[in-house]
Amino acid sequence: MSETKRVNIFSLSLVRGIVFQVIGMLVGMGVVTLVRLLMGLPAWKAEPAWVFGAILSVLFFLIGAGVFSDWYKMAFGEPVSDHHDPDPSLPTWARYLNISYDHKVIGIQYGVTSILVVGIAGTFAMIFRTELAQAGLQFVDLDFFNTLIGLHGIVMIAGILLGVGAMSNYLVPLLIGASDMAFPRLNAFAYWINVPAALLVVSSLFLGGFDTGWTGYPPLSARAPLGMQMFFWGVYFIGFSSILGSLNIIVTTIRLRAPGMNYWRMPIFVWAAVATALIGLTATQLIGLSFQMVSFQRLFGMGFFDPDKGGNVILFQHLFWFYSHPAVYVFILPGLGIISELLPVFARKPLFGYKWIAMSSLGIALVGFFVWAHHMFTSGMEEYLRVPFMYSTMLVAVPTGVKFFSWVGTMWRGRMSFETPMLFTLGAISIFLLGGLSGPPNATVATDLYLHDTYWIVGHFHATMFGGFVFPFVAAIYYWFPKITGKMYSEKLGKLHFWLMLLAFYVQSLGQMRAGLLGMRRRIADYDPALGVQPTHLWITIAGFTIFIAMVIFVFNLVQSIRKGEPAQANPWGSRSPEFQLPSPIPAHNYADHPFVVVGEPYDYGLEDAPYLTFETGQTAAAD
Amino acid sequence: MKHYITVILLVALLTVLVGTGLSNMTLMPQLASIQGTFIDQLFHKHIWAISFLFSLIVGFMLYSIVVFRRREDDEYGDHFEGNTPLEIVWTILPLATVLYFAYLGAIALAETRRADPNAYNVTAVGQQWSWRFDYTDYGFSSDELRLPANRQTLILTKSLDVIHSFWIPEFRVKQDALPGEGMERELRLTPTKTGTFKVRCAELCGTRHAYMLADVIVMEPDAFDQWVQEKLQGPGGSAEERGAEWYQQFGCVACHTTDGSPLVGPSWKGLYGEEVTLADGSVVVADEAYLRESILDPQAKIVQGFENVVMPPIGQSMTPEQIDDVIAFIKSLGTGE
Ligand code: HEC
Ligand SMILES: [Cu+2]
Ligand SMILES: [Cu+2]
Repeated sequence: MSETKRVNIFSLSLVRGIVFQVIGMLVGMGVVTLVRLLMGLPAWKAEPAWVFGAILSVLFFLIGAGVFSDWYKMAFGEPVSDHHDPDPSLPTWARYLNISYDHKVIGIQYGVTSILVVGIAGTFAMIFRTELAQAGLQFVDLDFFNTLIGLHGIVMIAGILLGVGAMSNYLVPLLIGASDMAFPRLNAFAYWINVPAALLVVSSLFLGGFDTGWTGYPPLSARAPLGMQMFFWGVYFIGFSSILGSLNIIVTTIRLRAPGMNYWRMPIFVWAAVATALIGLTATQLIGLSFQMVSFQRLFGMGFFDPDKGGNVILFQHLFWFYSHPAVYVFILPGLGIISELLPVFARKPLFGYKWIAMSSLGIALVGFFVWAHHMFTSGMEEYLRVPFMYSTMLVAVPTGVKFFSWVGTMWRGRMSFETPMLFTLGAISIFLLGGLSGPPNATVATDLYLHDTYWIVGHFHATMFGGFVFPFVAAIYYWFPKITGKMYSEKLGKLHFWLMLLAFYVQSLGQMRAGLLGMRRRIADYDPALGVQPTHLWITIAGFTIFIAMVIFVFNLVQSIRKGEPAQANPWGSRSPEFQLPSPIPAHNYADHPFVVVGEPYDYGLEDAPYLTFETGQTAAAD
Repeated sequence: MKHYITVILLVALLTVLVGTGLSNMTLMPQLASIQGTFIDQLFHKHIWAISFLFSLIVGFMLYSIVVFRRREDDEYGDHFEGNTPLEIVWTILPLATVLYFAYLGAIALAETRRADPNAYNVTAVGQQWSWRFDYTDYGFSSDELRLPANRQTLILTKSLDVIHSFWIPEFRVKQDALPGEGMERELRLTPTKTGTFKVRCAELCGTRHAYMLADVIVMEPDAFDQWVQEKLQGPGGSAEERGAEWYQQFGCVACHTTDGSPLVGPSWKGLYGEEVTLADGSVVVADEAYLRESILDPQAKIVQGFENVVMPPIGQSMTPEQIDDVIAFIKSLGTGE
């Protein structure tokens, strides 16, 4: 780690990728222009040129970054290095901007990208929250507002998917005692494709935006500006990442568990990650398909959703929600897994009902496939479909309830301590509870006829996302931070972050629900003060900014602690989990020099003589 | 045992506090339709279920946080790994509860759709960014929705362009308006209060979605009948005056101004006789034929600078006389050189 070595920036995969992406874009535009010339058409037509350019640009990025290099060599029988890392003489930061096959590096790449992307999406929100603080139009125009809300939604979703990728990539191999993922190169591919795809999504801002919101319903999306196409294709390629990443997690879990670790002895997060991966692997295709169809409708006049050509506008909504409902479980299941993982450690007590919790994750994943049309109760789909979809939707409450009750069972008669990760875990439970309980009124069709497309829904899903993803993700980062960096974060700043964010979030979410009940519609730049929602909106804006500031404090804490933090103990929380038995930071090949056998249950905290693991070096690993 | 008694008392107390608090707050705008009563009743039941479940989990959590906190560094919690009968109970009870609520939801839904054979018909036509109401029983249209109190109206929603959603918050129910042949959808409204309300488009439909509103006026039946008679006579006066009326009623006003300022579409001031530059660069004179074509087949010639907004094919639901009136109205706004 020679910090002084000068790095040639073109040796960085990221930089090469972006340069290649621009070239790919130009090549794609050139090809379209050429073909049109040959066909005797006017040479330049913006939409096909940009779309083909965008598709090629992603491919070029991956080639430029070097994602395909090893596969290329393998095809010709050339040797490829077993070593996971790029040139070890590079400074640490430069390693993260390069292709690496080490799941820990990829996990961090996912995590940092996630925080960055969430930051961008949050900034969009700050802009339109400023506009909404008062009735009337003050700062943005209507089209820009519509683009902002759409981008806020989709960029957040990208950020959440990246965060999910961070947790499952970093943690699953460590928790099951593997030295890496089953397919390290595929893992790198699945990460890197996000970068050009995210750039495409954000580029829509400069190509006229799009006024459909993140749901992109036609016919509106079939006539929106060019930005719409960049949005479609960006999301399309982000979908690749989910599909391939999910495949990797499932295979890794099946094939690479440590000796003795049967499925019921896996740390509970792994169950959540597998349930998530099952959804990601099988549902993601549908959103890609639905967006591809609208894109083709625009490009080639295929009338899938065009009523004038016999198309049907409701069909799109079915395809779209067939992914996008299960997707919300992709966002929250890993977070719920984190809650289950952390509670026993801080309560010093076994996880209550391990098998029930594990099964409830699979249950949620399964039921999640049968509820999509609850987003369409007012859409005008066949009326008789509404009642069966109401019943199936209500069923989701059952496995979710099992989780809540089991968490309470875990806390009951425990000995809880309240370090920052635990605070965020408890905060997550209470917020996810708010999100969960505001769900059934949307599910019972009659009440949804009122609530649909109001701010109530906005409040509902922000609560599920904060409780199911944001808080647990933050908890996970604080919890594993000492393991990742070998440094301790500042507990003081961590607590400040927690209290600011918890209180501000409650104000924001309850405010949104209240405004919605008063008649505030979703996705409007200007509202009628006669509804009496103006003070509530001011509160929501203040709370939104507070959350933003809290996240800035969070990032500051992480950066500062990496640079100047106290060295961390190997196992600061007294966890029984295998990764905490390794030195901090974790060695490059995980357990290669510390092989272990699983001999007991993961969460037997406080039980005498009940180790979870024995290391072949003779070290046994129970807490203390 | 002591723990359980205290925590149950805590949960009960919290439930009562949260539940009565929420029940006594004005959560929604005043209720003004029969269909809405079933929705409000069901929502009220939800409020109590939410209050109880929130208090249950939060009560147990708060109690545990205070009582079961770690006091010394090397303490451990009690050792128990689960309780299968308990897990079964808290699977079955919630299952029964949600099924019961779904059943209530189905009943309430059926009530909102209960048909009155004497209902009269209005077609609500959405287009970017205005509503038009066709009184199909009488054969006239209006840009405001007037309804007689205490009588059911069967609203058929449809759209000329993208998806919109018909929603009057005080009436509670909403229904999307869809484009396409045979895509009309039903919504039943029985207003219970006279007064003025607003249709608020609830589905993002492009630039001016926020402003896609229409007045709803609920009247005593007598007054309503009188209004119908007036409408049946149609707007009197000259062609220009009628044209001005159609300009409002068919929603041209959402995109075209008459004072020269551009909105989403070109202004009509001084349009007649002017030379218009089209998207492909050619120039045409805005004579009567051009105006008529622009209204009947808006996509035939696109004005330069307005390629991004698609004017809906409203002309197809206008009579030739109405179109003549509009053209007369446009002429009256001055001519270009
Ligand atoms: C959703 C917005 C919208 C509505 C509603 C709308 N128009 Fe238009 N109109 C446009 C746009 C945009 C253009 C310019 C592009 C084009 O030529 O299609 C246009 C062009 C026209 C033109 C040609 C104007 C010129 O400057 O050459 C006429 C005439 C016209 N509209 C009449 C009408 C009438 C009559 C109505 C109501 C029955 C109406 N429009 C409703 C958006 C709208
Ligand atoms: Cu859903
Ligand atoms: Cu709208």
